[in-house]
Amino acid sequence: MRYLPLSDADRSDMLKTIGAGSVDELFRDVPEEARLTGPIRGLPMHAPEMAVERHLGALAKKNMVAGEVPFFLGCGAYKHHVPASVDHLIQRGEFLTAYTPYQPEIAQGTLQMLFEFQTQVARLLGCEVANASMYDGSTACWEAIGMAGRVTRRKKAILSGGLHPHYVSVCKTMAKFTGDTLVTAEPRLEAATDVDELIAQIDGDTSCVVVQYPDILGRITDLAPIAEAAQAKGALLVAVVTEPVALGLIKAPGEMGADIVVGEGQSIGVGLQFGGPYVGLFATREKYVRQMPGRLAGETVDAEGKRGFVLTLSTREQHIRREKATSNICTNSGLCALAWSIHMTLLGEKGLTELAKVNHAKAVKVAERLSAVPGVRLVNDAFFNEFTLELPVEARPAVHAMVEAGVLGGVSLGRLYPSVDALKNGLVVAVTEVVSDADIDALEAALKEAVK
Amino acid sequence: MAGESAATGTTTGNRALMLEEPLLFEIGRRDQTGVDIDTVELGNARLGGLERDGVDLPGLSEPETVRHYTRLSRQNYAIDLGLFPLGSCTMKHNPRLNEKMARLPGFADIHPMQPQETLQGALGLIDELAHWLVTLTGMSAVAMSPKAGAHGELCGLLCIRAALEARGDARSVVLVPESAHGTNPATAAFCGYKVENIPATKEGRVDLEALKARLGPDVAAVMITNPNTCGLFEPDMKAISDAVHAAGGLVYCDGANFNAVVGKVRPGDLGVDAMHINLHKTFSTPHGGGGPGSGPVVLSEALAPFAPLPMVMKTADGLRLVEEENAGADHPQSFGRMVAFHGQMGMFTRALSYILSHGADGLAQVAEDAVLNANYILRSLEDVLDAPFAFSGPCMHEAIFSDKGFADGFSTIDVAKALIDEGFHPMTMYFPLVVHGAMLVEPTETESKANLDQFIAALRSIAEKAKAGDPALKAAPIYAPRRRLDETLAARKPILAYKTPAPDGAGTGLGAKYGGG
Repeated sequence: MRYLPLSDADRSDMLKTIGAGSVDELFRDVPEEARLTGPIRGLPMHAPEMAVERHLGALAKKNMVAGEVPFFLGCGAYKHHVPASVDHLIQRGEFLTAYTPYQPEIAQGTLQMLFEFQTQVARLLGCEVANASMYDGSTACWEAIGMAGRVTRRKKAILSGGLHPHYVSVCKTMAKFTGDTLVTAEPRLEAATDVDELIAQIDGDTSCVVVQYPDILGRITDLAPIAEAAQAKGALLVAVVTEPVALGLIKAPGEMGADIVVGEGQSIGVGLQFGGPYVGLFATREKYVRQMPGRLAGETVDAEGKRGFVLTLSTREQHIRREKATSNICTNSGLCALAWSIHMTLLGEKGLTELAKVNHAKAVKVAERLSAVPGVRLVNDAFFNEFTLELPVEARPAVHAMVEAGVLGGVSLGRLYPSVDALKNGLVVAVTEVVSDADIDALEAALKEAVK
Repeated sequence: MAGESAATGTTTGNRALMLEEPLLFEIGRRDQTGVDIDTVELGNARLGGLERDGVDLPGLSEPETVRHYTRLSRQNYAIDLGLFPLGSCTMKHNPRLNEKMARLPGFADIHPMQPQETLQGALGLIDELAHWLVTLTGMSAVAMSPKAGAHGELCGLLCIRAALEARGDARSVVLVPESAHGTNPATAAFCGYKVENIPATKEGRVDLEALKARLGPDVAAVMITNPNTCGLFEPDMKAISDAVHAAGGLVYCDGANFNAVVGKVRPGDLGVDAMHINLHKTFSTPHGGGGPGSGPVVLSEALAPFAPLPMVMKTADGLRLVEEENAGADHPQSFGRMVAFHGQMGMFTRALSYILSHGADGLAQVAEDAVLNANYILRSLEDVLDAPFAFSGPCMHEAIFSDKGFADGFSTIDVAKALIDEGFHPMTMYFPLVVHGAMLVEPTETESKANLDQFIAALRSIAEKAKAGDPALKAAPIYAPRRRLDETLAARKPILAYKTPAPDGAGTGLGAKYGGG
């Protein structure tokens, strides 16, 4: 109980001040028949620091760690190198243990950081404004559909077949309860006609078209024709980015006409962490800012005329608007946004561009090596650091076979799309700067063995 | 920095250890970087002809980066610096052991789509935390995926809606008492329900008779915050649950304040069907300046089958994650997936580390000390500050005061800003809505008596000034990094991103005009 500073003498002094005979008296509103006396059964008693470390350490050792094996998994979460100073800075108590900056005079550190984060995100995604972050990419994607509905006053969203299937699931779950209609396209390996089919579905009821860039198979497509077609019918283009490092090298969705760009920011500054916490990115045009969900930091001045920052436009938020709120979002991913912003500051345009080039060059090299394995075909024409292979065997057992060889060799489309038979031989391989030549050799050998 | 030097009398605008810091965009350069990455020529690029022209992102070298963020950090108040008496928001000590555990590579460096045979420790950790949450609350199951408290509310209501639909029951109304969190009605509306308020009694509790009178075949659920936002336990909770169940509805409990009763009472014993637990409040995961949070939802037997995917399940071959593909047999009635991956692993690790440190005995002591500290503050200040519910018995984790008796023109915000100058973070202001000029003070269990006594002395002196109409209060804060900020200007003329000033020097931001950076 090392976290509790009161002594027994303090406790009895305080009870005297309160005028209570015992602490139990303070719980008298809890019905006596439901009140617990003594510790809850089925749970252990308090443990010293060393015992906790030992217990959690034993659990941690049972997992295969990405950084300790040849590692090629992506599909919405990527392993990149995070500079040591990022984690050092976010662990400063003044950032780590601060509250939401509702008292701006003593929260300028968080507020200025969020303002800088918003600017960095807007510039990276090619948009005018960004918010102070969302829970993650998938919830940001759903919120973008909701926002498009408010802007266009329409309730039909068209989802591309290249959108991450888990993101599609999240949207489907939420649509069941909000009455939005979702038109979802079948995913497939050959993408040549996807854009035309997507465009053909846009009509006068469409609120938005949702596309992923690069998509779940790693493909890159020019979004400009889709943006034009959507806007011609009064709909918005929502673009989803799950690998923001790509935007150091390829055009930003906002530059190609996307109205709302959302993303999973995990790649920059935030570790894999088995899926969370991550950091959702959300950016749009200035004219839509009052329909945007989430927190916003804005510039202002103090009573002496000095520049300062505050949370602003909060009248959209639920703690004020109650049942009229713009969204269910009540927080952001502040600390992950800080990590993102620090890493982006360390990179700068120069570092980001170089990082993106290293990623792409390695991915091209691995794609060429693996597509030379007998029976293996590279599906993508264009890609950034992730591509899809069609194997001569089912990819799912192949992934497990590679684990036996100590290689985490990719994500099988069979796991992502268990009900789509045509995709079962697909393997999505991600290659980042952390991959070494030895890792590539190990993957090639393991894959050769697995597809035999 | 002309404006600043006039105010401080220094050339730089700095004041000894209090250092001003320009924006990244004012000091960074596009050709600067703080990382060493090999320069690569792209011989055979396969980018589909979509190469980008430039990103316009300034960079800083590593030492400049460390200094930029260290200087910024010093403009923040934090629980590591002192008391954060935020009622209903709960800021308590954040043990660094939790940080160390969350950073073990076995938890921090694993991918959500790794084959499950490579993740048995991570699934084991989730399973163990789930066991604690279910046991401490007396419930049947827990949904781990919600990413924050409000997201947990959403999860709970989606379970309720799915359960009602499964029995073909189309109910359309959610009742929300006045003393509930502001997020509750927002969540209910988001799920497509019509929201109706239930009044509070003059004792600050749910009006049981009014609630009973409104129940009927159209009521899907009641959302109750317990302990409520007036800082009080709802003694009629069991009677409320029984009445709602008898009318065919379900009970959602906002568990944001569970830290006050953990180990003392199990919500399951009071008839609750769903309750979210803010891990950062009850189990001390750090708030991080606004997140990330984590809001697992415990569920009664009636709601357990509808919990979202993915979820961890024990099988003969070890632990596995039930996803859409294999939900058919094991979890057919799930309402679906609410986030891409399975929740907030980094938060689960911290929460479990904290829970194991305290144990079943320590957690009961946590609730006792939190309640003791809150009542100590209530009784020590009720003679100088109006305490609207002091007559109705002990408070739980938080003490509530109002602005009644302040001099004309003086309000809660003046008290809040004066507390800043005393070195304390202000309490929660203007909430709950049922109290005029509300001040909601929650000390938590991690404050010492000496610290509470200092806070009480400071608040007592400020309250006396507010009652006397001391004009000095209006100037506060004087010693913070900034004086009172113009929030109206920020909303009327939003500047949400930095724009590089035009070459003629006529800047686009307010900073340029006011000489900020």
